[in-house]
Amino acid sequence: MEERLLEIKDLHVEYVTDEARVFAVNGLDLTVNRGETVGLVGETGAGKTTTALSVMRLLPDLVGRITRGSIILDGIDITRATEADMRLIRGEAVSMIFQDPMTSLNPVMTIGEQIAEVLHLHEKYDTKEEVEHRVDEILRLVGLPPERKGEYPHQFSGGMKQRVVIAIALACEPKLLLADEPTTALDVTIQAQVLQMVRELKEKLNTAMLLITHDLGVVAQTCDRVGIMYAGEIVELGTAEQIFQKDERHHPYTVGLFGSIPDLTRKTRRLSPIEGLMPDPTDLPPGCRFHTRCPHRMPVCEVESPRPSYNGGHLIRCHIWDDRRCSQ
Amino acid sequence: MTEQATVNPSNPVKKRSQLKAIWFRYRKNKLAMFGLALFLSLVLVAASSGLFLDYDTQVIEQRMRERLQPPSSEHWFGTDQYGRDVFARVVWGTRISLFVGVFTVTIALTVGTLFGALAGYYGGTVDNVLMRIMDIFLAMPGTILAVAIVGALGPGLVNVLLAMAIARIPQFARIVRSAIISIRGQEFIEAAKACGTRDGRIIMRHILPNAIGPIVVQVTLHMATTILGVAGLSFIGLGIEAPTPEWGSMLSEAKEWMRYHPYLMVFPGVAIILSVLSLNLIGDGLRDALDPRMKN
Amino acid sequence: MTRPLVETRDLKKYFRTPRGWLHAVDGVNLTISRGQTLGVVGESGCGKSTLGRVILRLLEATGGEVLYDGENILTYKQDKMIEMRKKMQIIFQDPYASLNPRMSVSEIIAEPIKVCKTIAGRKAIEDKVYEMMDTVGLARRFVNTYPHELDGGRRQRIGIARALALDPEFIVCDEPVSALDVSIQAQILNLMMDLQEERGLTYMFVSHDLSVVKHISNDIAVMYLGQCVERTQSDELFDNPLHPYTQALLAAIPVPDLSARNRPQNIIRGEVTSPVNPKPGCRFAARCPKVRPECSVEDIGLKEVSPGHFVACILY
Repeated sequence: MEERLLEIKDLHVEYVTDEARVFAVNGLDLTVNRGETVGLVGETGAGKTTTALSVMRLLPDLVGRITRGSIILDGIDITRATEADMRLIRGEAVSMIFQDPMTSLNPVMTIGEQIAEVLHLHEKYDTKEEVEHRVDEILRLVGLPPERKGEYPHQFSGGMKQRVVIAIALACEPKLLLADEPTTALDVTIQAQVLQMVRELKEKLNTAMLLITHDLGVVAQTCDRVGIMYAGEIVELGTAEQIFQKDERHHPYTVGLFGSIPDLTRKTRRLSPIEGLMPDPTDLPPGCRFHTRCPHRMPVCEVESPRPSYNGGHLIRCHIWDDRRCSQ
Repeated sequence: MTEQATVNPSNPVKKRSQLKAIWFRYRKNKLAMFGLALFLSLVLVAASSGLFLDYDTQVIEQRMRERLQPPSSEHWFGTDQYGRDVFARVVWGTRISLFVGVFTVTIALTVGTLFGALAGYYGGTVDNVLMRIMDIFLAMPGTILAVAIVGALGPGLVNVLLAMAIARIPQFARIVRSAIISIRGQEFIEAAKACGTRDGRIIMRHILPNAIGPIVVQVTLHMATTILGVAGLSFIGLGIEAPTPEWGSMLSEAKEWMRYHPYLMVFPGVAIILSVLSLNLIGDGLRDALDPRMKN
Repeated sequence: MTRPLVETRDLKKYFRTPRGWLHAVDGVNLTISRGQTLGVVGESGCGKSTLGRVILRLLEATGGEVLYDGENILTYKQDKMIEMRKKMQIIFQDPYASLNPRMSVSEIIAEPIKVCKTIAGRKAIEDKVYEMMDTVGLARRFVNTYPHELDGGRRQRIGIARALALDPEFIVCDEPVSALDVSIQAQILNLMMDLQEERGLTYMFVSHDLSVVKHISNDIAVMYLGQCVERTQSDELFDNPLHPYTQALLAAIPVPDLSARNRPQNIIRGEVTSPVNPKPGCRFAARCPKVRPECSVEDIGLKEVSPGHFVACILY
C-alpha cells in the first residue's frame, strides 16, 4: 500500500497588493506518496512556485496568504503549524531547491560551512568531527570532491553550484524535496548530469520529490506522476504513461502544450500553439479558466467550472470528457 | 506571483503615461505629500513676495526707532537690531534661498551630467581622466571646497553660487556615470546601435531618460544641502553680504541678541529647517515612487 | 552554386580579461544562403551570441572577414556601415531589456525609421508603424502602451516589428524565444517562419535549444568554446551526428516521450573549460570520450567529410 506523504486539499492562495488581488492558486488537490516523483508542469503564472512556497510556508509576508484548504505533510497540517514548528519541518521533513543556484548560495561562506550550518540548525550531530564527516559524505553523494568544501561559491561553475544547493537541501535527509525548475538555468549537458544524479539519489535515499518545471522533456525522464497546471488549478493529473500517451484522452491545454514544442522525431512545418495568452490572474474568466483559449469551447464552458472526471486514476478537468454530461 | 500587468484584451488601451504612474505611487506617501505641499507654499511665498513687499523700503531700510521689537500684530516676527521687519526679511529670504538652490543645482546638474555621461558612455581613458579629476574634488569636503573658492574669489552672491555649484559637480557626475553604465549594457542600446543610431542620440534619447530617476532624487536632495550650505557660508561671513536678507546671515546677526531676543534666531532658523525638510521629504518620496522594486 | 548572402572567413573576436585573452569567437567559417536559416547552437559561453554581434559589427572583430553579398563589411567606414545597417538587423533574447522602457510601442517601432530617415513625414511613419504592427500580429490598440504593460510574447513581437521596420534582408535572431513560455514560443516561431516566407528573409538563428533550432533551420552549425565543430544540413545533423560533442549534445536533450526514458545514458562528464588562453588542439578534448593524444597537438579545422557535411575532428 502506498503511503501518502504530502496531501494538499483545496488549496487557495492569494496575493494582495495595493493595486490588485491576485488569485494565484485556486482549489488545488495534489498528493505525493513516499519515494515518489511528481511533476508539476505549467507556464509562467500557473501557480507552480506558489504551491511549493505554500508547502514551505515561505509565501511573502503580508502579501501572500493561504485563504482556504489544508496541506498535510507527514501527518502535520502545515497551514496550522507555528513558525517554530515550521523551522523544524523545513530541512527535516521538506526542503526546497530554487531555480537559480547563483543567488541561493551565500557568497561569503564556504560551501562546507553552508552545509554544516544546516546540520547545526537541526542539531543533528554532537561533535565537530561528526559534522565534518557528514559534510564530506554529502558532498560525495552529489558528486563533488570533499576537498573543495573550503571553497567559496564563486569558485564553482553553475552545474557544481546546483550540486551544492542540492547537497544543502538533502543534508538532513528530508522526506520530501521540492525542486523548482532545478535545471532551467543550466546547459543541456549539465542538465543531463544533474538529472541523472537526482534520479540516483532518489533511489538511494528514497526521497519523494515534487518537480516543478515547464519542460515536458525533463518530466518525461524523471517523473512517476504528472500534474498539468493552468491558472492555479490542476487541469490534468495522471501517471507519466497516461499523460505522455498521445492517443489517450487529454485536456485541451495539455494537447496545446505538446503541440507547442517542436518534435525532434517528426518533420512539421508549423507548430500548433495555443492561441491567446494566460488570463490575468487578478481577473480570471468565469467557468473553465481555459475557455478563452480553448479550441473546443462549448457554451457550458463559459459559465460552469468543469468537475474532475476520473478514468483509472487519470484526472481531467474538462467538460468534453465529463461522462456524466455526455450521457445526458 | 503576478508577472506583469497584462492588458485585458477586451478593453482598448488608454494611454497612461509613466508620469501618472509615478504620481500615483508618490501620492500614497503622506510624508512626501506634506513635503511637496510645504515646498509649493515656499515657492508661492517666494514668487508672490515681490507683489506685496518693496525691497528698498520694507526689507533693507533701517528704522532705528523701531529696533528690537518683539512679535506683534504690526511686526509678526518682530524687528531686528536695525528696526527692519523680520517677517519681511524671512519672506524675502525665501526668494534668495530658493534661487540659490535652483541655480546651483542647475549648473551642477548640467556640467555633472555632461561629464558623467561622457565618462559612463565611452569608458576607458575618457572615464579615467574625467573621474580622476572628479575624485580630486571629492577628496575635499564640499563645504571646505566652497569656503576655499569663496576665499579666493571673495564673497558675493555670484561667487557663492559658483562655489556651491563646483562643489556639487562631482557628485552629479558620479550618479549619472553609474546610472549610465548600468543602462549602457542593456540590449535596447544595442538595438539602437544596430540601426545606426549615432552616439549623441543614443545618450540623449535612450540613456538619459532612463537615468532620470536617480538624478531627480539627487536634485531635490542637493537643493536641500545647497540651501543649508549657503546659509552656513553666510553665517560665517563668507556668503551673501549684508544687507541682503539671507537666512544664514540673519542667524549670524541674531546670535548677539539671542539671549533677550530669541525670536530673531527662531524665525530664520525655522525657515531653513522647513525648506530643507520639505526637499528631503520630496526626495525620499520620489525615490520610493521611482523605484521599480516598489511596483508590486 | 549561388553566392551566399553572408559568409564569415576565419572570424575572430578576443576579449582582454585580467587573466589573458578570452577567445570568444575563434576562427569561425560559416555561410548563409539567401532566404535560408542557419541555426547556431551551443552551450552558454560558446561564443554564439558574440558571433552574431561581430557579424553585425555591434562588436568589432579581432580578425577575419565578414562578407555580405561578397563584400567585406569589416572594412566599411562609419557612413557606409550606417547605410549597411538597414539591410541587417537583430532580434534579442530578453523582451524586457531589449525595449527602451521610456518609449511607447509606436516610438520604439518608429525609431529606426527616424534614425535612418527611410520614410519622411509624420503620417507616413505612422502608417508604417501600423503596417509593422499588423505584420507581427500586434493589435493596433497597443500603439500607445509602454513595454512594461505588455506580456513577454507581445514584447517580443515589438522587437520583431522594430527589426523589420527598415525592411532588412538579414536578421540575426539571438535566442528570440528562450525567455518565452512554450505556448508563446510556438506562436513567435510560427510568426518568424511566416515572415521569412513572405519577405524572403535570411536568418541566423542563435539558440541553445536544439529542438527549436532543428525546427526552424535549414543548416545548423554547432559551436563549442568559440569554434564551429560541425556544420551541415539540419536533418543530416540529427540523423548522422559525427562530432563527439554533437553526439553528446543530442543525447542530452530531454525528449518529451517515455520511450526515451530507458535508453542508454550517454552523458558526457565534466563542464566547459575556460575560453581564456586556450591550449592548441580540439577544445573538446578534455571532455571527449574518444580523445586521443593527437587531439591536443594542433588546432583542427573543419573538413568536408561528405557533401555539405563539415566536421572538425581528427576521427574523420
